[in-house]
Amino acid sequence: MTRRRFRVLPTIIWGYVIWSLVPVIIAVAYSFNDGRSRTVWQGFSLRWWIGDPNASVLHDASMRHAIFNSLVLAVTTVVIVVPIGISLAIGAHRLRGRSATAVQGLTSVPLITPEIVVGAALLLTFTRLFTGIPLGFPAQLLGNVTFSISAVVVIVRARLVSIGSGFEEAARDLGATRFQALRYVLMPMLWPSVMASLVVVFATVIDDFVITSFLSSGVDSETVPLRIYSSVKGGATPALNALATLLVLTSFTVLICGLFGLSLWRKRHGDNGGLRAALADVTQADA
Amino acid sequence: MKRSPRIWPALAAPGASWLLALFGIPFYAVACVAFGTIDPIFRDAVPQWNPLAWDFGQAHEVLTSVLSGPLQGVFLRTVVYVVAAMATSFAVGFPVAYFLARHAGKRKLLLLTLVIVPFWVNYLMRMLAWVNLLSPSGLFSRFMGVFGIHYNWLDGSPITVVLGLVYGYVPFLILPMYATLERLDWRLVEAARDLGATSRQAFRLVTIPMAQAGMAAAAILIALPMFGDYYTNDLLSRSPRTEMLGNQIDFYVNNSQQPQRGAVLVLMLSALLLVALSWYLRSTSRYAKERTK
Repeated sequence: MTRRRFRVLPTIIWGYVIWSLVPVIIAVAYSFNDGRSRTVWQGFSLRWWIGDPNASVLHDASMRHAIFNSLVLAVTTVVIVVPIGISLAIGAHRLRGRSATAVQGLTSVPLITPEIVVGAALLLTFTRLFTGIPLGFPAQLLGNVTFSISAVVVIVRARLVSIGSGFEEAARDLGATRFQALRYVLMPMLWPSVMASLVVVFATVIDDFVITSFLSSGVDSETVPLRIYSSVKGGATPALNALATLLVLTSFTVLICGLFGLSLWRKRHGDNGGLRAALADVTQADA
Repeated sequence: MKRSPRIWPALAAPGASWLLALFGIPFYAVACVAFGTIDPIFRDAVPQWNPLAWDFGQAHEVLTSVLSGPLQGVFLRTVVYVVAAMATSFAVGFPVAYFLARHAGKRKLLLLTLVIVPFWVNYLMRMLAWVNLLSPSGLFSRFMGVFGIHYNWLDGSPITVVLGLVYGYVPFLILPMYATLERLDWRLVEAARDLGATSRQAFRLVTIPMAQAGMAAAAILIALPMFGDYYTNDLLSRSPRTEMLGNQIDFYVNNSQQPQRGAVLVLMLSALLLVALSWYLRSTSRYAKERTK
């Protein structure tokens, strides 16, 4: 009985890994196609990456613009949301009573709200209520920050729970003010969760489609995911595959740097969790 | 220590007010548009900011359309697609998560990494990959052609849309499912086996009840975005035959002169969210109660 299950399950998991990754790998491979087709292989070339003087990712002005927009949006969102989220997480962690419940509700509802609801609601708000905020980058930025705050709060709170209150109490007993205990004792210990937040928010925002699309103002504020969406069905060349590959590479680079930084930090602090613990920091699941 | 410190509310204030202004108020704005009026000359939606003067005419019209009109088909289809995609996602995702948590052994880190990778690959890239494979000249279509199956997968095929949803969302199911199974107290399963349960009985009577709350959470985590999904459908079909609730919202809010109808549909989706949320909270609290018994 058990023996049979042991043979079936590995088949399923390896099947799953192949099914989930091979289509993407094929799409990446076709970005190196020599022909104009995204489906018929005509030999290897870098034509759609750098070769073609007009249509390659390197030379197509609109694609470069989309890459630029994506990076600017992701970096600005990270810069705004990480401090706000950390401070909210610390504050919410210590609040008691009714205000704690209210803040808890306010931070957890966005986690399960479908993005289309947030996107549509913000679009109606920015076009009819807060009309001072123009669609395009400003609206996209506000929308992405709003949708990312909760993710930061979840990551930082998990860390706060695992740290406990002992260290801060010890600092207070030794004469530190509440602020000093926060600044010199708690903050340095929060570092892994800050790092994890940076990575998670960057990757989420650079990949975001729904909110960014609802709040865009047309070609000017087109990001890479928007560009992929609008050209998949047309007769786009393999340059589209190259653009999508570049997007995936960017988030993986950030992710890998984050994981590397996290395991380095842990090693330096005598914690030998290594890559496994770092993976857990980022995915919020024990590795 | 007794004196209530001001620092915590001060720290929570910026984030909380941000969410209030850009998450709370927009919900109110949606209601004001949904229950507002239509400008008689420009035919544009005029929001009604005073709740006492809300006009439910449009909402009533949309609701009638959902219950017995043209939107009925869209709603039923959405529910059927989401349920089918959820069931398939569990059929695929649960065994994967279970194996990872229980039997991965030495390969655990490798397998976990491989399973996490799609989680971080852009959703549109993953859809683009399938559009390429499924297009008439694509590898998958040509492969099927070898067996004499000639079918246009990208022309309003419900199977493509449902499998597209599964492909898109199953990574988001596997990770929380794995986190749940990883934390289970497997000694209880061993105890059940020692007391004479077959492995199937132990699974049904011990493992599943323990994992239930996590399964409910994972189900909600993928069901809600699926209910609001429109891009999977757009990319893999873009046919009225497979249109879902999300496509209607996208159309009315983004591309039409009737954002009011879109606003009503957004409210309906949010109502669904509330139902799901309360069901989830009830099932987890029931589970917590049973555990403390």
